[in-house]
Parts: sequence; structure tokens; C-alpha cells
Amino acid sequence: MFDSPADVTERLAAVDYLSDDAISTSVFLAAALGKPLLVEGPAGVGKTQLAKAVALTTGAELVRLQCYEGLDEARALYEWNYKKQLLRIQATSADDDIFSEEFLLERPLLKAIRSDRPTVLLIDETDKADVEVEGLLLELLSDFQVTIPELGTIAATRRPYVVLTSNATRELSEALKRRCLYLHIEYPTPERERDIVLAQVPGIRAELAEQLARTVATMRALELKKAPSVAETVDWANTLLALGRDELDEATVAGTLGVVLKHASDHERAVKELGLPDA
Amino acid sequence: MPEQALPAPVAPGSGPASSAPVAAEPGPASLVDRHVGFVHALRAAGVPVSVAEGLDAANAMRVIELVDRESLRAAYAATLVKKPAYRPGFDVLFDLWFPASTTGLSAVRTHSDINPETADIKELRAHLAGLLTNSTDQELREFAQAMVERFGRQEASGPGRQNWFSYSVMRALSPETLMAGILRNVLQGRERGGLAEKTVRQQVTTGLRRFEEAVATDVRRRIAEEAGIERIARSAVRPPLDQVDFLRITKADLARLRREVHPLARRLAARLTIKHRKGRRGRLDFRRTVRASLQSGGVPLTTHFKPPRPHKPELVILCDTSDSVSSFAHFTLLLTYALREQFTKVRAFGFVDTVDEITRFFLPGSDVVEAMTRLANEADMVRFGRTNYGHSLERFAERYADALGPKTSLLILGDARSNYQPPALDVLKSLVSRTRSAYWLNPEPRQQWDTGDSVAGEYGTVVPMWECRNVAQLTAFIETLA
Repeated sequence: MFDSPADVTERLAAVDYLSDDAISTSVFLAAALGKPLLVEGPAGVGKTQLAKAVALTTGAELVRLQCYEGLDEARALYEWNYKKQLLRIQATSADDDIFSEEFLLERPLLKAIRSDRPTVLLIDETDKADVEVEGLLLELLSDFQVTIPELGTIAATRRPYVVLTSNATRELSEALKRRCLYLHIEYPTPERERDIVLAQVPGIRAELAEQLARTVATMRALELKKAPSVAETVDWANTLLALGRDELDEATVAGTLGVVLKHASDHERAVKELGLPDA
Repeated sequence: MPEQALPAPVAPGSGPASSAPVAAEPGPASLVDRHVGFVHALRAAGVPVSVAEGLDAANAMRVIELVDRESLRAAYAATLVKKPAYRPGFDVLFDLWFPASTTGLSAVRTHSDINPETADIKELRAHLAGLLTNSTDQELREFAQAMVERFGRQEASGPGRQNWFSYSVMRALSPETLMAGILRNVLQGRERGGLAEKTVRQQVTTGLRRFEEAVATDVRRRIAEEAGIERIARSAVRPPLDQVDFLRITKADLARLRREVHPLARRLAARLTIKHRKGRRGRLDFRRTVRASLQSGGVPLTTHFKPPRPHKPELVILCDTSDSVSSFAHFTLLLTYALREQFTKVRAFGFVDTVDEITRFFLPGSDVVEAMTRLANEADMVRFGRTNYGHSLERFAERYADALGPKTSLLILGDARSNYQPPALDVLKSLVSRTRSAYWLNPEPRQQWDTGDSVAGEYGTVVPMWECRNVAQLTAFIETLA
């Protein structure tokens, strides 16, 4: 899939995803070793975006499973189309086989396994799902196969590239972690964030991007409830552009603080600590 | 050892291995030995590396360019380190096992505008000031190495031996006094105290930390070259964050701990909720019922129910906020704050020798730092300033007994050291009898319970008491709740 970590860096950059050494190497290894990649880190540092970028740059289809509390097998793996089964039973004699391919509804995991095209399987916010779902994932992640009692074991025709993301609100099980490569994405350095802003927001001046990145880094060092994410930095850049500002002074920051800080208490804190005028 | 059965990723002495930085090192010559040694050191430092993960790492070595050191570091991190808490220790060990340079190679440097071996202190400080605000890791590391070379050496007692120290480098350069000059330079007469200054300060502080880290790393490397890696490795790695003792926690650790505590509070809430959920039935699950009816030709013989909506449990927290457990108290208040956001009904009480409700300081959405400050100034928890569990419990029973009910879980946090005052066991017994469940978390090691003025044992007969000295133990406690 990729030739080297440097190749990953280059190709991700071509789809506007700026990676660093750790990201590129992990993405490369996941492809080279055929192992799932577990990506953890605070919200909004580009974990989901990474999976999308990999799909985009390799021309693979992106299959996404969004996890949530109460996610079960029927939503994640497969389900029997019982309405169709019911109709079939009523229409024909009851000895008809109603547990065949025809009645199977495939959900993201099964779809990713059975696809014969290159696929990136994104299992998003794995930590939101219940512990049972992790058990379900274990067979899939180590052997790339799933077992359906009525049909037997279905092995992958073509191994999907698997990316799991997690905000670490809950510790994932040892068994799951052991099967994955692990990548922890932190907030980018100001230099990298500046480059991200420059790549994502065409038409912004380099100096303003630099100022933005530095200011956001300062905010992250405060004890905030919710530190600004990279996505919010980009939003901020867009906002300033739309307002036609090209200097980030105190008044501008105070006026547009709502774009990056989403809690009233964080606002107060930032105004106090950064010496901003009351907006 | 299973690792010894590994196929050699690269034949010793051939190809990339000979150009890798490790080849020039004394000590273990082959890459496999180094790999095995590194994995063992990680385990010794408390990073659990399974056999399978060790194999993954060895496999990774076969597909990446070994000469690219950051790539190598990332590959090891991806395969061996699965928890952010282990990362600092990993980095220290990696720098020891796979050093960026060796003393023999130190002449190879990228050109910079000054010569670090001959320049005077003033020039060096000016150069460092430039690096602090704007530099790559490479530049900073090279400068740190040069500075250790120049200032870090101290003659030791034995003949021909020398010691290396970070502090002598820091004393020579005193980088912390550079701030004023940098601010003056960068701000150039702009208004002080505003956003611009804050931003620059933040930048310089980060740079300083990186420089100190680079110096420390190089000092460790030099010591390791003389004394052997294994010797220094044992003392260089601090325990991972989840094993840091609550009673000996530093301020820097506390900030990082805050991030660990929130997920734990969430899990604690989830655990207490699950208990509630068992054995009750909820609404009819229409889909499952219809599906089950297929077997009976569409007649719904068996009915299925959805699990009931989980009840949010009620929680009462009673925490010792006296000075003897102040860092623990700080942690428990963090936990309280985090729990406050998870439970619908949490009431928190703090006590030293009398008790006060402190829930009002932890309104959802309030600022945790501010809450702590207000708490210290306004809450009425101290009469004479000596911890008195008995009196506090009596006062609690008098004033706030209505906080406890059959749906309440009671969580007591404290070391059960009551300055030889009567423990008021009966009061505690009657309080506990009104609750659904009660737990006591004690930050002291179990061996010290019942020594001196500790009445842990007696309280332990009324409320199950758990040793809870670090995040790992807190996690274990939460796991057992289900």
C-alpha cells in the first residue's frame, strides 16, 4: 500500500493531511504488517480525519462504524431480514431455508470483511461502545473473519485496513490493544498547526496562521475544561478571514473567542489569564 | 526467552544494521540483542510488553529504515507502548538504548553561526535564546549535547573517571533568566502584559522544557556509556503516572492526573449504574419479539423486553481535607469534581474536625481551579485544625443525615487517622445502615493501617476499606464494583 513512512507523509500531504514522524510510521506499519491501528488522543486532533485521508489517498472505500452505548451485533455485524423471512414463511412451505445469504442484512463490519475492493474500515469512538462489542471485535481484528452461527465462518476475501479511534474515556481491554498497533496523537506543535491552517484555509497570510497557532497553544496550556481542537483552530482562521481581519489583537480574540472555546467557564478563564478586554 | 527464537531482522553486520547508530556502540553488538535488552528494560520499568508485542516490534524492524531514528522510535512506540502513561519512561529508555549520537561521533554537527566550543557565555546565551523561540528538535539537541560536553563534566574521585551533571550546564547558562531579554526583543515596545506577551512566555517555557529534557537525555547517555546502560536505566525511569503515590504527588503530576481522573469518574458512575439495572424489566422490544415469533409462524409466543432506562445513582462523598492528606485531598476533590459531572445527584462533604457541604463549589460547568480556591477560603471544615473523624461523623449525622437514603452510595475518602480522638463507630454504623452501599478509600499503604493514631481496622469492620494509593489501584477498585 505504501513504500515507506516518507511515502505516507507525501501522499497524505497530497490530500491535505499533514502528518508527523509518529503518524506516518504507524500508518505505514499498519499497512506493512497488516495490523489494525488504534488511534487515541484528545477530541479534534484529526483521528477520524486520518482514516479518511488514508482511504482517500489509497483509493479505498471507507466503511465506517460509529460506536455508541448500546451498539450491538445486529447494528455492527449483521442482522437477519426478518420481515422478508416472515413473508417467505407465509408464502411458501415452512421447510424453506430462511437463513441464507438472501436474508442477510450486512452491517459495516461484515461489509468490510466481504468487500473485494480495497477497504478502509473505520471503527470510530470505540471507547463509547460497551465492553461486549470489544469481544465481538477480537475475532475480526486478529483473524479477519466473523462467525455467523447459521452460515459458518466468513473470512475476509481481502484484508481491510482497519483504523480504530478512541478518546480514552474508558480504557480499552488489554486483549484488544494487544492486537492493534497504537498511535497516540497529541495536539500538534505550533509549527505543524500553522502548516495545517495554511493547508486547510487557502488565502490566509502565513503570519496570521502563525499567530493563531501560537495563541491556541497558549490557550491549551491554561487549565481549560475543553482545550481548543485543531478543527477549531481552522474554524477560527476561517472566521478571521471572513471578518477580513489580518491581525490577531486582543480585541479580535475577545470578539471571536466563541469559535474556539465552548464553555462559559473557559471563556472567563481565558479572558482573565490572557488579559483580554471584556467582550 | 521467546525473543531469542526470533529470526534476526537483519543479519548482524550487514546492510542497514552496520550504518545504524547502534553499531558504533560498545556493548551488545547485534540488533537482536539490543532489541531483547530494550524490551526487558521496558518490562523492568513497569511497561507491560507481551511476547506477541515484542514479536510485532521485531517484525516492524524488518520493514522500516533503521537509520531513521525517529522512525525507529515511532515503530517501537506503536508496537510496544499502548498507554500514554508509559510514554515518558519509554522515551527515556529509547534514548539510552538507541542514542542519537555517541561521543566518538560528536564532531559531526550541522553548521551554526557560533562555535559552541569556543564561544563565550554571552554568545552562548544569545544563541540559546534564539533556539528557545524558534528551533527544530535537531538543532536544540545538538546544542544541548555541545553544552553538556563543555559544562557538564565533573572530575570524580576515582582516577580517570568523570561524572556528568545537568545542573552544572543549567548553572552555566542559567536559561531561566533569558525570559526578560527575549520578551524585550520580540515585543519591541508593544504593550506588556497582554496576549502577545502570554504567547511568547508560553513559547519560551515550552522551549526551556525541551532544552532541559535534551540536556538530561544527553547526560544520561554519557553516564550510560561509562557505567553501562542497565545500571542507569533502573534509576532514570520514573514510575508511570498510574503508579505514582497520591500522598507523594508533585504539582506537575496533578495536572496530568486531572486528565486521568475524568474517565475514571465516568467508569465509576457506569459501574454503580449497572448494579441498579439488573433484574428489572423494561419496555417491550417489538423487533426482537417479532423475530422470535418466526419460529411459531408469526404468533408472538415469547416476548422480549428492552432493558429499563438506567437509573442515575445517588452518591454522597465524604472526604478528609486535612493537611496530612493534602495532596490526596486535592486528588479526591478532583475526583469529586469529575463525579459531580457524571451523577445527577452528588453531594460532597469535606471535613477536618467538623464537616461542611462542599457541593456548592462544584457546580457543573464551574471552573475546577477556581472551585478549589473558593473551597479553601469559604468552606467551614476546620475548628481547631486537627483531624477528628469522630466529631466530624457526629456533626455529619446531626446536620446532613437526610442526604443518605436507600438509593445512596456512600464513598469515604481519608486515611482514618483521628489524632487519638474517639472514632464514633456507632454513628458510622447507623449512617451506613441507611445507605445502599458504602466504600472507604484509604491512601495509606496497608502495612501502616492501625499504626499510631490510625483506626483503619475499626472503621474497616463497618465499611469495607480499600487501599487506594494510585490510579492503578483506583482503577482496580472500580473494576471490582460490578
